[in-house]
Amino acid sequence: MTQLLLFNVTNGLIIGAFYVLMALGLSLILNLSNVINFAHGGFLVIGGYIAYTITPYVGFWGALLVAPPLTAVIGLVVERVLIRPLYGRDPLYSLLLTFGMAFIIEDGTRFIWGPQGKPVTIPAFLAQPLSNDLFFITGYRLFMVAVVMIAVALLFLLLRHTRLGIRIRAGTLDLETVAALGINVQMLRSLNFAVGIYLAGLSGVLAAGQLGLEPTMGTGLLMPSFIAIIVGGIGSLPGTLVGGLLIGVASGLTAVFLPAASEAVIYVMMAVVLLLRPRGLFGEEGMMS
Amino acid sequence: MSAVQTRKLIVLAAIWATLLLAPYWMIPLGGYTALATRVLVLGLAAMSVNFLLGFTGVLSFGHAAYFGLGAYGAGLTLKFLAPSTPLALVLGMLLGGLCGAILGTLIVRRRGVYFAMVTIAFGQVFYYIAFQWSSLTGGDDGLRGFSRQPIDLGLFKLDILSNANNFYYFVLFCFALVAGAMAFILRSPFGRTMIAIRENERRARFLGIPVERHIWIAFTLSCFFMGFAGALYALVNNFADPRGLHYSQSGDFVMMAVMGGMRSFWGPLLGAAVFVVLQDYLSSITVNWMSFVGLLFVLVVLFFPRGLLGFLQRSKA
Amino acid sequence: MTSQTFTPKFDRRRLMKGAAALGAFQVASPFLIQARGETPVRIGMVDPLTGVYAAPAGNEVMGARLAIEQINAKGGILGRQVELLVEDSANDVGTGVQKARKLIERDQVNFMIGDVNSGIAAAIAQVTAEKKILHIVSGGHTDSITGKDCKWNVFRVCNTTRMEANSVSGVLFSKYGKKWHFITPDYAFGHTLYDACTDDLKKLGGSVTGNELTPLGTTDFSAYLIKARAANPDVMILLVQGSDMINCLKQVVQFGLNKQIHVAGTQQELESLAALPPEARIGIWMFEWYWKQPGVPGVDKFVADIRKVNNGNVPTARHWFGYVSAMSFALVANQEKVLDAVKLAAALENFELPDDVKLQPNKVYYRKGDHQLMTSAFVGEAQSKGKDDPEDLYRVDEVVPGDKTAPAVGETGCTIQWPA
Repeated sequence: MTQLLLFNVTNGLIIGAFYVLMALGLSLILNLSNVINFAHGGFLVIGGYIAYTITPYVGFWGALLVAPPLTAVIGLVVERVLIRPLYGRDPLYSLLLTFGMAFIIEDGTRFIWGPQGKPVTIPAFLAQPLSNDLFFITGYRLFMVAVVMIAVALLFLLLRHTRLGIRIRAGTLDLETVAALGINVQMLRSLNFAVGIYLAGLSGVLAAGQLGLEPTMGTGLLMPSFIAIIVGGIGSLPGTLVGGLLIGVASGLTAVFLPAASEAVIYVMMAVVLLLRPRGLFGEEGMMS
Repeated sequence: MSAVQTRKLIVLAAIWATLLLAPYWMIPLGGYTALATRVLVLGLAAMSVNFLLGFTGVLSFGHAAYFGLGAYGAGLTLKFLAPSTPLALVLGMLLGGLCGAILGTLIVRRRGVYFAMVTIAFGQVFYYIAFQWSSLTGGDDGLRGFSRQPIDLGLFKLDILSNANNFYYFVLFCFALVAGAMAFILRSPFGRTMIAIRENERRARFLGIPVERHIWIAFTLSCFFMGFAGALYALVNNFADPRGLHYSQSGDFVMMAVMGGMRSFWGPLLGAAVFVVLQDYLSSITVNWMSFVGLLFVLVVLFFPRGLLGFLQRSKA
Repeated sequence: MTSQTFTPKFDRRRLMKGAAALGAFQVASPFLIQARGETPVRIGMVDPLTGVYAAPAGNEVMGARLAIEQINAKGGILGRQVELLVEDSANDVGTGVQKARKLIERDQVNFMIGDVNSGIAAAIAQVTAEKKILHIVSGGHTDSITGKDCKWNVFRVCNTTRMEANSVSGVLFSKYGKKWHFITPDYAFGHTLYDACTDDLKKLGGSVTGNELTPLGTTDFSAYLIKARAANPDVMILLVQGSDMINCLKQVVQFGLNKQIHVAGTQQELESLAALPPEARIGIWMFEWYWKQPGVPGVDKFVADIRKVNNGNVPTARHWFGYVSAMSFALVANQEKVLDAVKLAAALENFELPDDVKLQPNKVYYRKGDHQLMTSAFVGEAQSKGKDDPEDLYRVDEVVPGDKTAPAVGETGCTIQWPA
């Protein structure tokens, strides 16, 4: 039994790491721009499909490097054209807009690539498990965790030591003052959005190796990201990190005892957090009122 | 009676005339009665969402959960309790409303984006319960094996199962009841307070209005209305389905309210009519109807945020 | 005076106008009457063309369209051209029911096909029974459609879960072993398939080491696979379908589990195998129809016809489902020379499909007691790549006739009640 539990906690951490990647991108966009990006799952799918399309030319590693920035560029265009007019308005509108965008992306990918799922191959040396007993720790999943760790490290470096990062953090706390200090807030929001979408695209490339690549694969991955943010606390990126790992572990453990509840348990976790500590584990009071 | 009041009465009469005669003018235009019934039910749901959104200024994006709960309430009643349509409607409404009341206590302190996210997440809890508790709800296959029962009016029985027109008028009658209740509440001092909160919450608070309590009451009331609409929906389909609780269904309702005009009482109904008819028409002629609906969302948000009625009102002024 | 000079002109003009009108009417009226007589026969089809089942649904529609083309080329139904009206149920019951009503009430369809989603198929069946429309369920698998919820006007083409389990259980037992562990999708289809498999397993003398009920839409199966592995079975039976099957098999192979335990299942589809990377195309399964049947009449032509409209890709079982459904209507209507639903339903009972429609070696017919098509099961093994054809992803070992795999009518729980 202990072995089963240990395995599932480890497995949960691996799953959680993936949620972290998605949730961080979503959190970045939410914190600075007050936009709930319902289309985040859609950008994940776009990242996966772009990777699939360019892999025959640049290989798996090339796709991993090139697909996320391409997705981010698409995100930039979308932000500039569609989302920018909505800043300053009721958050209702950006929510509806991203909601509509999610429809367009799902239908668009189905139109371009067809509804039939696409086979995605990962490099053979990665598709090996560590051992017969630890079969669920494959090279690919370790690789995914490594990518997430590198991405998180780079993100924190960006936010702490670059001018862009510092401005983003300042903007999260008080955008008016940042604007008053003469910083181009429009550009800041655009770049922030691009970083968030980069993370979504990266998630998509990684997901395509593990899951079936088809137009509807993004929708199931969006909700856990929201929960990670709420549990960790809106406005806190470390909180999102912890939140993602927590829900991964919770989900994995529940699958052992009560599989039917393994997806519902993360919502229960969210309810508990909201009851006992409404601002989330690491959230600050008044961050998002 | 002043000119404004007379005009309002004429508009009201015109709206009711259109609704009463719908089965007749729809057919030559290529419509069908079941479509009108669907518009009424979804329009009622959109109006319930707007009760909160347009009149209190509170954004609940997980409201479909209460709609779905109403549907399951009605279905479970008809399947396990009693073959009575009115009972099914009442119990469905109660299920939606009570769950809303309980959840409302947890979330009234939040606002804006946080409130929206929390309502989405709570809505999804109900979605997963409906999805996973398959022994009760039928899970992914949905709740089946019930159908709308004829209404015993003492003198005769009204067959609403096989006669589409009869059912339409029954639904219209229910719609009238609920719409009337909504209008009554909105015109009461409570309703005025809701609008005051929407306009300027801080000032309302300074006036001594217990804002959280009012929002909770408004939330609960709108959940009761949603539950009722959901119960009607179960009767339309003779089926209750987990997808009716999903946040994408909530998104549709909010869009209907926005598209028709959030500040107007009848706006959401108009929005529902446009949305349902458009979706019905588009999905028949192209497989890519989702892109068009998504595009509609984008266009309305960018260019017609006040909705159709808001657009008309502004051009009149 | 003036009126008198005008009158003859007026009269003549009026006369000429009248004559012209009469002449036009003479010319036009045969067109009008002809138009009425040529009202096409309409077949309605409701399928989830958007959503997770978009791929199989689209393929069913493609198959039905091919059938309509062929039917019209041969003169249609009762001398009238046939029209296929396709509506998207969007994988939502409310929409599916609404579209069914639209097709019946507004478009006046004579026949109905649909839906891939069993729940929606059952809901539509209620509508078609109410409106007395002949309805063939092309791709919805839940047993109750030809079981306890069977109806006089509803027939079904694809296999029941009992048929699927019965077709392949024996092979799995003799080849792989007696201890089975199940990965079952948590909905009616999964439950009935699990029950059918375990019933067969018990009869053969095997045992169940466990059953992992996975929620629909599960993306990560590792927790369930961990448990399955810990139970030490001889074979892991994957009952999941569609995207769940793809995710599960992908992960099974990545985890190297197929090297430790045998992996197999019941229903498998070409759509799923095509979406998997080659190394994940493993296991013994049953297909409901397969395109590579050398020597079987009609198959090559069907494959060629579908390739033309399917980007050069071969047909899957789904194409065949749609094709058979539409063809069945035409064949039985032209045989009976009526369009009345009750008469045609009676005629469809025990109706045997001809070679160029059944496209398989055994006798294929709609069984009278439950309206289930006695179609064969293609038992075989997945292969990563075909020798001659890149789409030959499955090696058929045995084609078991439907009336051997199907349980007796008495066991299905179906009693057909005809309208008064």
